[in-house]
Amino acid sequence: MTLTYHPLGDTGIQLVFGQTISEETNQHIRLFAARLKAEQIEGIMEWVPAYTTLSIFYRPEKIRYQALKERLEQLYDRIQGGVADAASLVYEIPTYYGGETGTDLAFVAEHNGLSEEEVIRIHSGQDYLIYMMGFVPGFPYLGGMPEAIATPRRENPRAKIEAGSVGIAASQTGIYSLESPGGWQIIGKAPVKLYDPESQKPILLSSGHYLRFVSVSKSEYDAIAEAVRAGEYKINSKEK
Amino acid sequence: MSRPLFQVIKPGLLTTFQDLGRTGYQEYGVVVAGAMDDYSLQIANLLVGNQRNEAALEVTMMGPTLKVIEDTVISICGGNLSPRVNGKPVPMWKSIAVKEGQLIEFGQPLEGIRSYISVAGGFDLPVVMGSKSTFLKAKLGGLNGRALEKEDMLYGSEQVHTIAGRSLHYDAIPEYKKEITVRVILGPHQNAFTKEALDTFLSSAYKITPQSDRMGYRLNGPELKHKTSADIISEAIPLGGIQVPANGQPIILMADRQTTGGYTRIATVIAADMPKLAQATPGAVVRFEEISVDEAQELYLRKEKIVSVLEKIVL
Repeated sequence: MTLTYHPLGDTGIQLVFGQTISEETNQHIRLFAARLKAEQIEGIMEWVPAYTTLSIFYRPEKIRYQALKERLEQLYDRIQGGVADAASLVYEIPTYYGGETGTDLAFVAEHNGLSEEEVIRIHSGQDYLIYMMGFVPGFPYLGGMPEAIATPRRENPRAKIEAGSVGIAASQTGIYSLESPGGWQIIGKAPVKLYDPESQKPILLSSGHYLRFVSVSKSEYDAIAEAVRAGEYKINSKEK
Repeated sequence: MSRPLFQVIKPGLLTTFQDLGRTGYQEYGVVVAGAMDDYSLQIANLLVGNQRNEAALEVTMMGPTLKVIEDTVISICGGNLSPRVNGKPVPMWKSIAVKEGQLIEFGQPLEGIRSYISVAGGFDLPVVMGSKSTFLKAKLGGLNGRALEKEDMLYGSEQVHTIAGRSLHYDAIPEYKKEITVRVILGPHQNAFTKEALDTFLSSAYKITPQSDRMGYRLNGPELKHKTSADIISEAIPLGGIQVPANGQPIILMADRQTTGGYTRIATVIAADMPKLAQATPGAVVRFEEISVDEAQELYLRKEKIVSVLEKIVL
């Protein structure tokens, strides 16, 4: 596969790793980003991995476009055929399905001819790859939801969906990291904070890793929510 | 030591604290925000002896009224919104002394729409994810994540000794016009557009509509047609990116843009021309001119040199 390079104005460069969304492309981007971090090229300010691209923002007073492009090409040549240095993690997101904070669970079940328990079993029986972060702070774009529970967006979007709400939109699933309006079918709620600007680590998740929803009871949910409030909760994660 | 500097008598239309933006967190979806006109912000800071990336007040169209609580030195740069101190017009692009009890006010917008008020020593604000910039949508940064309100007290950081009367060379003071040409680098999705669309884009006048804000400028003009689709697989979007949704009307992405987007982008406005756009009012006419990355970076360096030379003199 050949990488292509495109200027993003005069302070950015975009690397295109492929034309379709795939786990392989995503891992490739993750590997490149990890090497880029280790390389510490002067003038690079930050980068943003996405489904098929890695966008790098830089300061032309430190490094010009051509010089940067050449450095990136060399870096890419060196990692050809490499594998990701660090193992991917699977973050466990405790989720209380249904109830008052997951009111669309019944609709998702009915739409797919399943019981609510089957929807929960399918939704929580899967590791979802975090392809990218974006849209709003801390929001993960997840891939890998089984079609068996795919459900169209609500006809009337809700004016307010609480942060932590777990939803389905067509064949996508996700968690709201910030309270916002939205049309997703809300099937549950996670007590963890994906985005907390006050915290040392303001963003909980990062792209290239995986996420798994773990079904918890209302009382477990309440206990975790309490620990989160007290600043004592630490998310479980394990190597993939 | 934090000390009260200004009391807000009138907040103005939209007055927020902004620095050079929240960089380093875009990969987590955190919006950059920051000053719309980064040139004016940097000059305003340097004239009062601050680091160029310190936070200042970004004033929009109708400025605030601030009562001075303690003698200090300020500078007002950017759009000319008729600044006055105690009823008397004051010069812009210059450091000026203000005294306890005086009122800093604004009048008619004469040229441009955004002014920056810097204060010697900087404002005392929490640094959230590396920046003091306000991002209103996520209620993040600045003064409790919001715009100024009546009766707010604004605090200064450390006391510094700065000389009033320092000014920017007139050659380096920009003009803000009602009709502007901004230079762009084509792409990255220029191949998604028809040949006619590219010609139209580079030869037509587009009007900035009233639906324009810190997030994006929606333009109105000849339709830009896609070959097949207006959508792309979501990717990072740069400052100045010009996205074109299916209706063919371009939107220029500004300081508060989302970090990622799924619309084709025909071009990106070069960094050196972003302040021109930042100062353009709704109703202003924009034309686009293609240049190469190399030329754009030469222009970038020329501008950077003005700022860095001033920096060396001042700091």
